[in-house]
Amino acid sequence: MNKEERLIKRYKAEKRFQFYGKAAIFMALLFLVVFITKIFSTGYTAFQKTWLVIPVNYNADLLYLDPDKKPTTEDINDADFYEFGIETFITLDPDASEDQIMELKKMFAFTFERELKYYLLDNPDSFGKTVDVKLTASDDLDQVFKGNYPRDIPENRRRASDYQLKIFDKLNEDGRVISEFNASFFTNADSREAELAGIASSFMGSLFSILVCLSIAFPVALLAAVYLEEFAPKNRFTDFIEVNINNLAAVPSIVFGLLGLGVLLAVFGLPRSTPLVGGITLSLMTLPTIIIAARASLKAVPPSIREAALAMGASKMQTTMHHTVPLALPGTLSGTIIGLAQALGETAPLILIGMVAFVNTIPGTPMDPAASLPVQIYIWAESAERGFVEKVSACIMVLLFFLIFMNLGAQLIRHKFEKKWN
Amino acid sequence: MNKIEAKNVDVYYGAKQALFDINMDIEANKVTALIGPSGCGKSTFLRCLNRMNDVIDICKVSGVVKINDYDINQKDTDVVRLREKVGMIFQKPNPFPKTIYENISYGPEIHGVAQSKSEMDNIVEESLRKAALWEEVKDRIHEPGTGLSGGQQQRLCIARTISIKPEVILMDEPCSALDPIATAQIEELIDELRKEHTIIIVTHSMSQAARVSQNTGFFHLGKLIEVGSTDKIFKNPTQQQTQDYITGRFG
Repeated sequence: MNKEERLIKRYKAEKRFQFYGKAAIFMALLFLVVFITKIFSTGYTAFQKTWLVIPVNYNADLLYLDPDKKPTTEDINDADFYEFGIETFITLDPDASEDQIMELKKMFAFTFERELKYYLLDNPDSFGKTVDVKLTASDDLDQVFKGNYPRDIPENRRRASDYQLKIFDKLNEDGRVISEFNASFFTNADSREAELAGIASSFMGSLFSILVCLSIAFPVALLAAVYLEEFAPKNRFTDFIEVNINNLAAVPSIVFGLLGLGVLLAVFGLPRSTPLVGGITLSLMTLPTIIIAARASLKAVPPSIREAALAMGASKMQTTMHHTVPLALPGTLSGTIIGLAQALGETAPLILIGMVAFVNTIPGTPMDPAASLPVQIYIWAESAERGFVEKVSACIMVLLFFLIFMNLGAQLIRHKFEKKWN
Repeated sequence: MNKIEAKNVDVYYGAKQALFDINMDIEANKVTALIGPSGCGKSTFLRCLNRMNDVIDICKVSGVVKINDYDINQKDTDVVRLREKVGMIFQKPNPFPKTIYENISYGPEIHGVAQSKSEMDNIVEESLRKAALWEEVKDRIHEPGTGLSGGQQQRLCIARTISIKPEVILMDEPCSALDPIATAQIEELIDELRKEHTIIIVTHSMSQAARVSQNTGFFHLGKLIEVGSTDKIFKNPTQQQTQDYITGRFG
């Protein structure tokens, strides 16, 4: 083979290599696009909520209240809105049979009593009048309205009956079915009813867990890394520790869950299902990640900076605190964020320490029971109701946004530090 | 008067002996050049004088190094105070990744030299003036020191070192990373600094040793072959090896 031919071959090889590289990037992007498209197309409807606007007659007799006197807050709170609701629903179809009345009731979320009551509390002037009130539609009708639920399957295999659909279509023709932004998805805790279920509890649970995890893992990991890298003598014992830190990073997360269960709950008796325990368990998992990142960034600080400080008469401690650690901080922080992002998406250890429980209250402190976002996805993905399908995707979206937000924060912090130090 | 006296100094890196029985006296307020081929131990000897070899785990130093008649190799020697008295300039300029001002104020700050902001400002200005850098940087002393040119960075490092008024300044090939103009500036500066400091400079350039130093020591294979006045070493060495090295026959 002559020189010319070999040169041509070399160029061709380079072109081929570049093509493979581009193809690999294209593949990766394709996966990402398919994934994101699927999540968004399934999930975006969860941010919409269907309401039925029906005429309600706040008649004193129906509420067993004195018609001549303006009812006090107490009177309204004591009144029976269940019977009142049923009477109201009958007005949608005055000829309804006993069974049909129950079907009418099931067109609304079970919170209709509360919704009717709060409307009157907020608008006391409606007493004795007929007004339009917005009530949450049941998840079945919600799904029908969003088009997620086929109407053409036989009635006995469908959750919304023909009768309900008839009433619903009539309301829809009158413009009494409206779709609005689903604020309750963000403000409600979990619920067995898909139309009422929200992520407030799991979001707060995740947030508290991450905060607990950060406040334990970061200082411990930083101190360990600084000691090992800057102060500890290099001998067999420190080699042994190093190997074991790397081993710790490779331990499956469910093992940490068992540890949390066996030690934190059983021995120390910390409260079950709480972000406190979840955070401590996750911090064990995050610890080696941060230590490894911190040690790598400490190693990357040029020795000449340490020598410069030592030659100026700085003590070892001053050299480390004034120069080495600040220079290693940006790298350590991004390692920390990577560790926290892993922890945020972790499900298995949280299931073991009981954060998989059905929690319908919003935690105010890390000591209150809570779920977490990935566990919430798991719980909803297991649920049979059609309405939870879109909730799963919506919850994944929230989790992804949480992660993107964290990474952005990390980038900002990094950027700020690097500006200061270079 | 001898500022520094080294007696029977041996240095080991692990099992390998790097310096063999070095005996050397260094005169105050003079520039002493240490010359010799690569790996001959001259930098190792320099680092014995402010105990920078402590940083290297496997390095063991024995023998006596007296500065102002005080043996610095004792167990209870405070290296912080030693290095306050014996400053060091490195081969590659290594300013802190901070502002020019902070680079210089760092030493006075950790040693508690300045009592007030204005005193610190004075120290910074004085140090920069002595390092012949003030005129070039006075308008940007709050900008990063790493943004300066190589020669300016090295003068910044010199300014940083003299900010705490050390008695001795060790220079480990301070010009090897610099161009000839920057080198000339540093050499001029060294001659100026000699008035207030004792200077020991390791250099690969024999012409530089001849230009800046009054005394010269020649190292070879970890041994101090010959030491004396620069004039004598370059014009009339007593040892054949010295003769061969300075005439360029090896090294």
